[in-house]
Amino acid sequence: MDRKLALFSAAAILAAMTAGMLASVPRDASVRWTDRELQLISSLSLSGLPELPPDPSNAVADDPRAAVLGRKLFFDTRMSGNGKVACASCHLPDRQFQDGIPLGRGIGETARRTMPIAGTAYSPWQFWDGRADSQWAQALGPLENPTEHGSNRQAIVEVVAANYAQEFRAVFGAEPVELPLDRAFANVGKAIAAFERTIVPQKSRFDLYADAVSSGQPSDALTAQELTGLKLFIGAGNCVNCHNGPLFTDNDFHNTGVPAVAHLPPDTGRAGGVAIVQRDPFNCLGEFSDAKPEVCTELTFMKSEGEELVRAFKTPSLRNVAARAPFMHAGQMASLADVVTHYSEAPLAPEGHSELEPLDLSQEEQDALVAFLVTLSSEAPR
Amino acid sequence: MFQKLWLIPAVLLVAGGIAFAATRSTPPADLDYSLSHLSKDGHYQVTLVPGIDPVPVGKMHAWLVDVTDAAGQPVDADIVIDGGMPQHGHGLPTVPAVTGKDHHGRHIVGGMRFNMPGWWVLKVEISGTAGVDTATFNLAL
Repeated sequence: MDRKLALFSAAAILAAMTAGMLASVPRDASVRWTDRELQLISSLSLSGLPELPPDPSNAVADDPRAAVLGRKLFFDTRMSGNGKVACASCHLPDRQFQDGIPLGRGIGETARRTMPIAGTAYSPWQFWDGRADSQWAQALGPLENPTEHGSNRQAIVEVVAANYAQEFRAVFGAEPVELPLDRAFANVGKAIAAFERTIVPQKSRFDLYADAVSSGQPSDALTAQELTGLKLFIGAGNCVNCHNGPLFTDNDFHNTGVPAVAHLPPDTGRAGGVAIVQRDPFNCLGEFSDAKPEVCTELTFMKSEGEELVRAFKTPSLRNVAARAPFMHAGQMASLADVVTHYSEAPLAPEGHSELEPLDLSQEEQDALVAFLVTLSSEAPR
Repeated sequence: MFQKLWLIPAVLLVAGGIAFAATRSTPPADLDYSLSHLSKDGHYQVTLVPGIDPVPVGKMHAWLVDVTDAAGQPVDADIVIDGGMPQHGHGLPTVPAVTGKDHHGRHIVGGMRFNMPGWWVLKVEISGTAGVDTATFNLAL
């Protein structure tokens, strides 16, 4: 082997590797999608969102009268300890049913970011830690949380009995005071859930693009930079691993090394959530659920132990994410740019084990990812 | 001897390339995706039948797991099924469990849900008259 051949071999290997790296992190957005990429793009389109899944644990989930009652309860500040806090105080309808601040504020300040509502009917778990397994069980939690509504089930049912007795009777067959307290309280949640089920995301510019290319049509709905971001999102950025499907969430829980907030108590995330939902009397297997036990598969087959649960938080939907700063479960990150930098750098988790691997994205690539995320914006969920 | 020094950067580059590829999203090219084959020590033939075909991402469903002896005769066995994503280092998002079985080696496994696209591995541990053995399967979602 002479020296020329040796140099040529090394150079050829280096060139091949460089080409491989460039191919996996595209810089030219005039991309031709592979079949696999097209499949992933199509899988993210809102056009693929199925009909609202039934909630067998809530017999009135699809009763329009329940939704009308639930909507009134959602906005009623009398459902609170100080008469000033309604569900809508933090879940603001004109702000995607969230509040735009790091930590939710009811009667006091909570320890978590207020979550949006659109599309949550599709999720088997509610809250950042999944400590409720239905929208109606979720709706009951804040009512009795001292830092949120600061009320209690007795007072809540009295408010409903005094102001909505006939509507309640029309939906549930009896007035609140005629039912055992916990049953009446559960029904309050079921009415609110019937309203919340109706809140779903609307199509975005990304969906226009996805639907076009999925049917073989050209589309100029996205810019070159946004397409570069999309390519990273479904490829080298690994984003689509968790942010998958038409709602851009796998409805599961992940430790992504999000930093702890110094002044808040330790937050174990899903590890704490599983213990709460298992003993929640309002869960799918509880006596106030309308479901047959055999359909409560999420709770029955729930992963309830393991390091993967420690500081794992629910994957949020990315639909309309650009209008929902600050980000993460306690609003730790002020901008999408901060979030993308976090995922690129993949810092160690403050507790448990982060699932992230460093991506070492260039600034140009990070900007492209942010640009792509903005294409998921739409009209307000309704 | 110095003539072989060129091998050092070349080997490093190749090794680096392999390591780079391993952290990226392409699974090994030679994976066996068949859902019916012999267990590791050859004691059992294990056949998986997904309750939904093609296997969906994100939807809870049940699978049928059929266990026979190596000759294809039904066996009365107990199974445990587990799995995960080797490239991501995490397991299944659920804890699947046998919800029904007969004496001919047919098991219904509930709680199967895959929350991500990509390469999944399923491991079935079989305890039967021929002893304990494991069958491993690959899925591409």
